[in-house]
Amino acid sequence: MSVAQAPVAKTVAQLLAAKGIVIACGPGGVGKTTTAASLAATAVVEEGGRVLVLTVDPARRLADALGLKGIGNDEVRIPDEVFARAAARPRGELWAAMLDTKQSWDDLIRTHAPDEETREQILANPLYQNISGRFVQSHDYIAMERLYEIHCEGKYDLIVVDTPPTRNALDFLDAPQRMADFFSSRLLRWLIVPYRSRLVNVASRPFYQVADRILGTQFLADISEFFILFQSMYNGFVDRAEAVTRLLSDRRTTFMVVSTLEATPVREAEFFSAELTARKLHLGAVVLNKVLPAYLREVKTDKLAQSMASRSDELADGLTDDPTVAGRVVREVAESFLNFGVVARREAEQQAELRGAPDVLVTVPFYDADIFDMEGLLRLGAQVWD
Amino acid sequence: MTTGAVTTGAVTTGTVTTGLSLLDLRLVFVTGKGGVGKTTVAAGLAQLAAEQGRRVLVCEVDAKGDVTALFEAPPTDFTPREIAPGVWSMSMDTEASLREYLKLHLRIPVVGRIGPLAKAFDFVATAAPGVREILTVGKFCWEVRESHYDLVVVDAPASGHIVGQLAAPQAINDLVKVGLIRSQTDWMLDILSDPRQTGLVAVCTPEEMPVNETLELAERVRAETTVRLSAIVVNRVLPELFGQREEEIFEQLRRPGNEATLSERAGGDVAPVLEAARLAVTLRRTRSAHLQRLQAGLPDGLPVLLLPYLFARSFGARTTRQVARALGEELGL
Repeated sequence: MSVAQAPVAKTVAQLLAAKGIVIACGPGGVGKTTTAASLAATAVVEEGGRVLVLTVDPARRLADALGLKGIGNDEVRIPDEVFARAAARPRGELWAAMLDTKQSWDDLIRTHAPDEETREQILANPLYQNISGRFVQSHDYIAMERLYEIHCEGKYDLIVVDTPPTRNALDFLDAPQRMADFFSSRLLRWLIVPYRSRLVNVASRPFYQVADRILGTQFLADISEFFILFQSMYNGFVDRAEAVTRLLSDRRTTFMVVSTLEATPVREAEFFSAELTARKLHLGAVVLNKVLPAYLREVKTDKLAQSMASRSDELADGLTDDPTVAGRVVREVAESFLNFGVVARREAEQQAELRGAPDVLVTVPFYDADIFDMEGLLRLGAQVWD
Repeated sequence: MTTGAVTTGAVTTGTVTTGLSLLDLRLVFVTGKGGVGKTTVAAGLAQLAAEQGRRVLVCEVDAKGDVTALFEAPPTDFTPREIAPGVWSMSMDTEASLREYLKLHLRIPVVGRIGPLAKAFDFVATAAPGVREILTVGKFCWEVRESHYDLVVVDAPASGHIVGQLAAPQAINDLVKVGLIRSQTDWMLDILSDPRQTGLVAVCTPEEMPVNETLELAERVRAETTVRLSAIVVNRVLPELFGQREEEIFEQLRRPGNEATLSERAGGDVAPVLEAARLAVTLRRTRSAHLQRLQAGLPDGLPVLLLPYLFARSFGARTTRQVARALGEELGL
């Protein structure tokens, strides 16, 4: 433990002042992307500096949220006009990038390939093209890899990362380690041996027999060729995966769990918070989105609404030019309040059950309108910031 | 306090002509952006099909136990168990699937050799992309081929992942020229590509991002897979509180003088009650716009089914029946 322990942050503003990387994570569909973008934009307006928001979602959501089309793997600066349209003045620069899995894999190969020939062979290998382009598991790894790369370039004061919607919310945390394990696995060496030496030892023979029957000899040979090529990059890959893992537990890195108060997301968020803590990763903030206003839970108002529903005609009498409709409207209004009250109370219970010990817990109200531009992002950011 | 039957209001689809055919499929993948309620819809669809006299297997791919919770039954594993009349449930487990596969197709005695085999499997699954996906999709196709059930409903991965999974048999087919896997992908593709047998249901909510993602998904499914998109389910459609006349009257009631009189008569401050109604109206309106955008962006003739927002205290067997009923109404049953 360090001697000069920093005081625990009470607001997101304080939290971010001490951090260089914020990783927004949590279940899907809770406004993670929007929250990440909003935080980055607000940091630029409030604190300045160079801030990057990196979204790693296969759907092009951040581009939508920022009103930008066609941003890709390269970081793009959000023009000051975008802030100006929202009547805001950036003190620094806001940058955005979106993860292009295929492109990132190609870049990675270019970095690690020992020579041009190996590089070209790998890039042309059909198996490689499938791993890099089509299958989802590679996504988690490449997200963390890209974060590491950008971090190492050292161009940004703050990087806000939006994590991919994984099957298991923790996949991306394990991805670097899994990648390292994979490349150092003994089975990998087994598989490669016969195609190098044609000497299959007795212990591994049953494995080839099974693998041959399932996959076919040709495919097995294709796989082997691919991994023989990959072996030349083994050290680079493993070192890199370990460095990525270290970056996640760096004291300048913090995690922000985003959720709504619906039952399933809350359960996932809770699980996620617990896992972060168990792995000694820093749980900086929990942001609860789309929370219904507290007035819906007032017992007094709930009773009032019940009475309004049953006495609607009498209450509305003489107030408008159409007593029948007015009575109906009062009843509908009261019933609607009661309906939303049920949901609001359910949410409050969920919040009470949400354990874990983040430095900061923020609730964001349910907005009337969607957030789709800078103005909306900054409005949301203002809610989260202090 | 909750209203069981919430009408979905003014937005009608007018395209529900293939209503019955959704339940007549043999294999339905239910997907959607995270958090839109795809598990709820998968459970509701299974419940509805069972109520219509079908034997249904509902499969969970993520194995979180959410499907069984919606039937208030304990979690299931790889072996299906009946969790409600006519509804069986199982959780996908790729390793168990491999074991079953080896037993059925290779006649390899697995017991006693499971250690090295599991290792080998892990390796092959990681090394050969798509093997895991094939085992998942393959299991569902196998259940269809063997006709153990009338309908297999899959609570599939979120929309970001489903395309990769559904495209896996084709991808493997392209990569693997011979071998057992190759001979397996052919019949799977036959089932997956047959619109009379297999369909995809995409769930969304009438909100900006879910709608965007659904439109994107519709395009990707068309371009990258052989599976047909059979229906879109729009979940959590808010009830329409007022018609135009009611809204005029509502505005009259909100005038300061009237609001004060209402408060006086009701014996408490009615402002929060009126404010909540305004919020409900605004939310409903914003969402209608997204719903229209969704309908405009989808291919003609694709059924769009609307499910009402459920103002429920908790989600369980009762809400699953409500969802089933709402789906049935939308399908014209």
